[in-house]
Amino acid sequence: MESSRRRFLTMTGVAVLGIGAKPVLDVLAAGQAEGAGSVELKKGDGALKAKQWAMVVDTRKINKASDLEPMISACHKIHNVPKMETKNHEIKWIWEEEYHYAFPTEINKFLSEHAEHVPFPVLCNHCENPPCVRACPTKATFKRELDGIVMMDFHRCIGCRFCMAACPYGARSFNFRDPRPFIKETNKEYPTRMKGVVEKCNYCAERIAIGKMPACVEVSNGILTFGDLYDPQSAVRALLKSNFTIRRKQSLGTEPTVYYIV
Amino acid sequence: MLELALKGNKKYYGWITALLVLVGIGFGAYLTQLGFGLGITGMSRDVSWGFYIAQFTFLVGVAAGGVMVVLPYYLHDYKAFAKVTILGEFLAIAAITMCLLFILVDLGQPMRMFNVLLYPTPNSVLFWDMIVLNGYLFLNIVIGWNVLEAERNNVHYPMWLKPLIYISIPWAVGIHTVTAYLYCGLPGRGFWLTAILAPRFLASAFAAGPALLILLCMIIRKVTNFDPGKEQIQSLAKIVAYAICLNVFFFLCEVFVVFYSQIPEHMDHLKYLFFGLQGKSSLVPWMWTSMALMVVGIILLVNPVTRKNENVLVVACLTVFAGTWIDKGLGMISGGFVPSPLHHVTEYAPTVPEIMITLGVYGAGFLVLTILYKMAVGVKEEVRS
Repeated sequence: MESSRRRFLTMTGVAVLGIGAKPVLDVLAAGQAEGAGSVELKKGDGALKAKQWAMVVDTRKINKASDLEPMISACHKIHNVPKMETKNHEIKWIWEEEYHYAFPTEINKFLSEHAEHVPFPVLCNHCENPPCVRACPTKATFKRELDGIVMMDFHRCIGCRFCMAACPYGARSFNFRDPRPFIKETNKEYPTRMKGVVEKCNYCAERIAIGKMPACVEVSNGILTFGDLYDPQSAVRALLKSNFTIRRKQSLGTEPTVYYIV
Repeated sequence: MLELALKGNKKYYGWITALLVLVGIGFGAYLTQLGFGLGITGMSRDVSWGFYIAQFTFLVGVAAGGVMVVLPYYLHDYKAFAKVTILGEFLAIAAITMCLLFILVDLGQPMRMFNVLLYPTPNSVLFWDMIVLNGYLFLNIVIGWNVLEAERNNVHYPMWLKPLIYISIPWAVGIHTVTAYLYCGLPGRGFWLTAILAPRFLASAFAAGPALLILLCMIIRKVTNFDPGKEQIQSLAKIVAYAICLNVFFFLCEVFVVFYSQIPEHMDHLKYLFFGLQGKSSLVPWMWTSMALMVVGIILLVNPVTRKNENVLVVACLTVFAGTWIDKGLGMISGGFVPSPLHHVTEYAPTVPEIMITLGVYGAGFLVLTILYKMAVGVKEEVRS
C-alpha cells in the first residue's frame, strides 16, 4: 500500500514535469529557428505591401494641438481605445507631447520657436530592432516578418508588463481594469480588449490588409506620410531624401521607423 | 517527516492560525484584484511594476542568500555549518515560494500563466527566470528533504545527491543574476542599465539572506530545544558583514559613475530617489533611512566587540535586513520607472489592497517556512535525544 502510493505519486510527478518540459525542450532543440510547423500568411489581393512600413512626421506642418486632434480621435475611435477616468489607467495609442518629452535625450537649451511650441505626435515606433519583442515571454508581441509591424496578440498576453519596462518610448498601455465601459461607441470591426493585457498602436495592420492607409495618416492633412522604408520609390523615401530627419532615442539602437522632419 | 509539523504546542498552533488569517485576508484582497484588475494597485501607465515585483526581487535575494551556509559546508568542509545547512535550504524554499506567488499576483491574466511554457521564448529573460527559479525550488526540496531524512535515519545521505548539491551552489548565484538581467538589459532605463546591477543584487542578497537566517536561528534557540550554535551564528555574522560592505561599495561605484559622468538619463533616477525631482520626493526619507541603516549595520558588524555581543547582533541584523529591504523592495523598482522614458515624473505608492495582498503572500511564505523549520527542528531534537 505504502509503496504503491509512493510509486503513484512519483509517476504523477514525472508526468506533470514531462508535460511542462516538452514544449520547452522542443524550442531549445529547435533554437531560434521556427520549425516546419510554421504557418504561412497569404496577403489579400488589395493589401498594401512593404518590406518595412515607416512613417514620416512633417512637424513643419503642425501649428497647434487641434492639428493633431483628428489623428488621435480617428485612431482611438476605430481601435476602441477607451477614455479612462484616472491618469494612472490611461490608454493611448497616439498622443501629443512637447518636444522636451518626445526627445528627452536631444534637448538643446535654445530651440527654434516652432519646436519649442508645437505639439509632437508620438506613437509606437515599430522599431526594426524592438526591445519589447525581445522581452515578451510568450511571443504575444512580435515583429511581423511580412512587413515589420510590431503586433500584439491580445489573447496570448499574460499581462506581465515586461514589454512596458522594455519600451524606451512609453508607447505601451496596460488595461488596469475592464476597458469596455469606457468606450463611447464600439467599432465592431476591431476587437475590444479585456482587463489585464497590454496594447499599443499597430500601424493599422487591419486597414493595410484591405488596401487602406492608417487612419491617422488619412486624416493628417499631409502631416503624416506612410510607406515602405526599403522601396526607393516610396513617398517615405522621397521625404527622407529631401529633408533632414531625426528619430526618438536613436542612440539606443532600436531603429525606430517613425521619422520626424523638424 | 511531515507528521513532525503536526505535533506542536498551543503557541505553535496559535502562530499557524495567525499566519492562516493573514493568508486569508490577502486572498480576499486578491479576489478583489482578480475581479477588478490591477487597477486596485498604485501602479500606472508610467510605473508599470510596483510593490509585487519589488518584493519578488528582494526575496530572490533571500533565497539565494541561503547558499551562504551551503557553500562553506559542502565546498570547504566547514563542519560547524552541518547543523544549519538545512535551515538555509528550507529558507530558500519558502522565499522562492513567495517569489512565485508575487509573480502570479502581478500578472494581468494569471489564468494564462502557462503560456510561458506553451510558447517558450528563449530570447526573453523572464523565460529563463522561470526556469532558474523553479529549478532552484526543485533542487532545494530534493536536497533538503533527503539530507534531513538521512539525518533522521542516522545514515549518510545518498550519493546521487552530491552532484545536485554542487549544482545548487552556482545555481543560487544564477537565480539572482538572471533576476538582475530582467532589469539591466533594458535600453532606455538608465537606472538599471549598469553591469554592476547583478553583483549589487548578489551582495545585498548575501547580506539580507544570512541576516534573516541569524534572526531565525535566535528564534529557534528561544522557542525550541535545538540550538543552532554560537559559532554558527558568529560565522554567519561575518558573512553578513562582508556582504553588506560589498553592497554599499558597489552602490558607491554606481554613484561615482553616474555623478561623475553626469549623463542625465542615469543621473535623474538617483536624483529622484535621494533628493526628489520636479518637486516629487516621496521616497527621499526612505532612501536616506536605508543608507543610514546599512551604515549602522556595517559599524556594528565589522567591529568584533559589537558583533560578538548577541544582543547587539540582533539589532545589527535587523538594520541590515531593513536597510536592504528598503533599497530593493522600495527604491530599486520605482526608481527605475521615475522619471519615465519621456521624462515625466509620475510617483508610485502601494495602495491598501496591494499591501494586504503583499502581506498575504508573506504570510504564505512564513507558513511554508514554519512548517519546514518545525520539521527540521523536530528531526534535530529526535536525533539528539
